[in-house]
Amino acid sequence: MTSTALRSRAWKLLEMVTTPLLPSDYLDLVSPLRAGADLRGRIEAVRPETGDAATIVIRPGQGWRGHTAGQYVRIGVDVDGVRLWRAYSITSPTHRQDGRVTITVKAIPDGKVSNHLVRRAKPGTLIQLDQPTGDFVLPQAKPAKVLYLTAGSGITPVMGMLRDTEFDDVVMVHCAPQPQDVIFRNELHELVADKKLRLTEVHTDTDGMLDIARLDELVPDWAERETWACGPSGLLDAAEEHWTERGVQERLHTERFRPSIVVAGDGGGEVTFSSTGKTVDADGATPLLDIGEEAGVLMPSGCRMGICFGCVTPLKAGAVRDLRTGEITEAEPGVLIQTCVSAAAGPCDIER
Amino acid sequence: MTAIDPTVHLTAEQVEELGRELDAIRDEVIADRGEKDADYIRKVISAQRKLELVSRGVLLFSIFPPAWLIGTAGLSVAKIMDNMEIGHNILHGQWDWMRDPKIHSTTWEWDHVSPSEQWKHSHNELHHTYTNVIGKDNDLGYGIMRVDEDQKWHPFHLGQPLWNFLNACFFEYGIAAYDLELGKNLHKRRRKNPEFRARAKAVGRKIRKQVLKDYVIHPLLSGPSFLPTLGATFTANLVRNIWTHSVIMCGHFPEGVQVFERRSIKGETRGQWYLRQMMGSANISGSKAMHFMTGNLSHQIEHHLFPDLPSNRYAEVAVKVRALFEKYELEYVTGPLPKQVFSAWHKVFRLSLPNKKPTVKTPNREKELVAA
Ligand code: FES
Repeated sequence: MTSTALRSRAWKLLEMVTTPLLPSDYLDLVSPLRAGADLRGRIEAVRPETGDAATIVIRPGQGWRGHTAGQYVRIGVDVDGVRLWRAYSITSPTHRQDGRVTITVKAIPDGKVSNHLVRRAKPGTLIQLDQPTGDFVLPQAKPAKVLYLTAGSGITPVMGMLRDTEFDDVVMVHCAPQPQDVIFRNELHELVADKKLRLTEVHTDTDGMLDIARLDELVPDWAERETWACGPSGLLDAAEEHWTERGVQERLHTERFRPSIVVAGDGGGEVTFSSTGKTVDADGATPLLDIGEEAGVLMPSGCRMGICFGCVTPLKAGAVRDLRTGEITEAEPGVLIQTCVSAAAGPCDIER
Repeated sequence: MTAIDPTVHLTAEQVEELGRELDAIRDEVIADRGEKDADYIRKVISAQRKLELVSRGVLLFSIFPPAWLIGTAGLSVAKIMDNMEIGHNILHGQWDWMRDPKIHSTTWEWDHVSPSEQWKHSHNELHHTYTNVIGKDNDLGYGIMRVDEDQKWHPFHLGQPLWNFLNACFFEYGIAAYDLELGKNLHKRRRKNPEFRARAKAVGRKIRKQVLKDYVIHPLLSGPSFLPTLGATFTANLVRNIWTHSVIMCGHFPEGVQVFERRSIKGETRGQWYLRQMMGSANISGSKAMHFMTGNLSHQIEHHLFPDLPSNRYAEVAVKVRALFEKYELEYVTGPLPKQVFSAWHKVFRLSLPNKKPTVKTPNREKELVAA
């Protein structure tokens, strides 16, 4: 018998020993970061960067496959006991000796996860991880000239690149409200002092928003540079237009942090039952269970009054309102709602 | 119906007001639900796993009597924790709000021969929606007993103290049969129903796994302690079964608990539904440890009012609920475990015989309602 076959036999036996739980349920008690476990990480340090940004140092579990500079990772954090998932760019270089990775988080107003990470996260806490992904990355072949165009926390994926790969000719234009809001400012200035980077800081509180036409004056040869841009949509839209006008759009690489634009209102909205492909209009007072059944979608149900949890269904997009409490639930991976006591609060997508 | 309806003094408006007050209690807990509750259930789960692991470890040496005793006691407690404070409550969706896929009503499986999927249907949906409605809630006497004077007596009921005792000893199998609605489904025609067969198969699979683990694998692992380990697991299952059976009997069977007729729940309002839960359930009084070991089902009344609130909150909710009982002059049925168990068993014995004399003067409810 091969050793894999042997191992799978042994595992089967172990499963018989631990049924109805799995062996991993017990192993998780002692070694949550081991190879073969669900991918998790442990927060080892939280270092303030600016008044509202911090770098989180994470020791990933052994299943971590590593990242490419510029990629992001989705993390699941328990905030007030509720697991919430968000994506953050990785700011550490790809081959950190100690195997740790960092993300840098800027607290946004009302941001549940960002505020938690920046202000309340404690070293020692376990978080859930996904493998890193994203195609906002550097090419294999080194370009001769590089431009990084960033604003606010858009600097985070670019910092991952800067720390990872040195180029001969790199220019960066970075926008932030004030000097003290520039994340990684010291490190950037050190790079400048070492002649590894030419940096233009645009302080939008005093200079105003960056007018993309100013690039001609700030970086005269911008059109010859391979450019990576990351920041708010306004900046990226303007950049895409500018690059296209000059016919060099293939030199521009952009990354948008998808803000979760959820329209939550009182008036209901268009409900999509994505598995069956049905779309219907729903008001803000009728339970989604009734809406689905009326549309001929096979909906699981039970008590129809919110007590049996027989109707829970994934909410894939949009927002719903709990008809009992008025509480709004927004779609996130893994979010399940009770369709019998939830009504549409804007357009939403129910997996049925 | 019990001879005198203990809620006749309430007006329809009062019942709705009561419903609103209960909703407010619920909202308060939900608004406050958070990290400390999540920590609580995680701690309980981890403690249960450790206790089970250690107990099973000790039982490997159960050939030595002290090891047998310690291991058996530990395993019994671990099994009770698994079924009560953890399994029952997670399967109610009490912890779904944490969005942790590992502690979720849709993924949890428990140390019990009834697969959680089936149990959720018969328990959460049927029992909790139709609590104590004769003919609708099969938990009333689990389909094998007569638990109210108004139910027709049949010579078969003479044996019900015995059925109930056997049911207590093998309670998890009783529940599995009950979830399958075995009595009803064993008829020739129904037996062939593919849906029933699929469910029966699932139960068979679960039983096989459970039995294999408890009565084959672990004893084998114990080597020379094979027989003592076998005996220990059997004992632990027995203890767990009798314990859960007793706790559950105390929830709806003691004297003072009301049952309802089918037609009484037609067009029931939220307030009336709440009222039925209040009158149809009974609590067990006792220490914190007692509440924990019952999975907080000692707060059965609160659990039936708010089946999806985290169990660790029932104790604080109970204070407010009890105040409402007083305000609305309703009887809050509660008592220490021995008293409640005795009361429930007493009823089982009493109703195994036909009613003493035909109930002389059952007040005619219809008339009363018209009068009111
Ligand atoms: S159908 Fe019972 S909770 Fe929704």
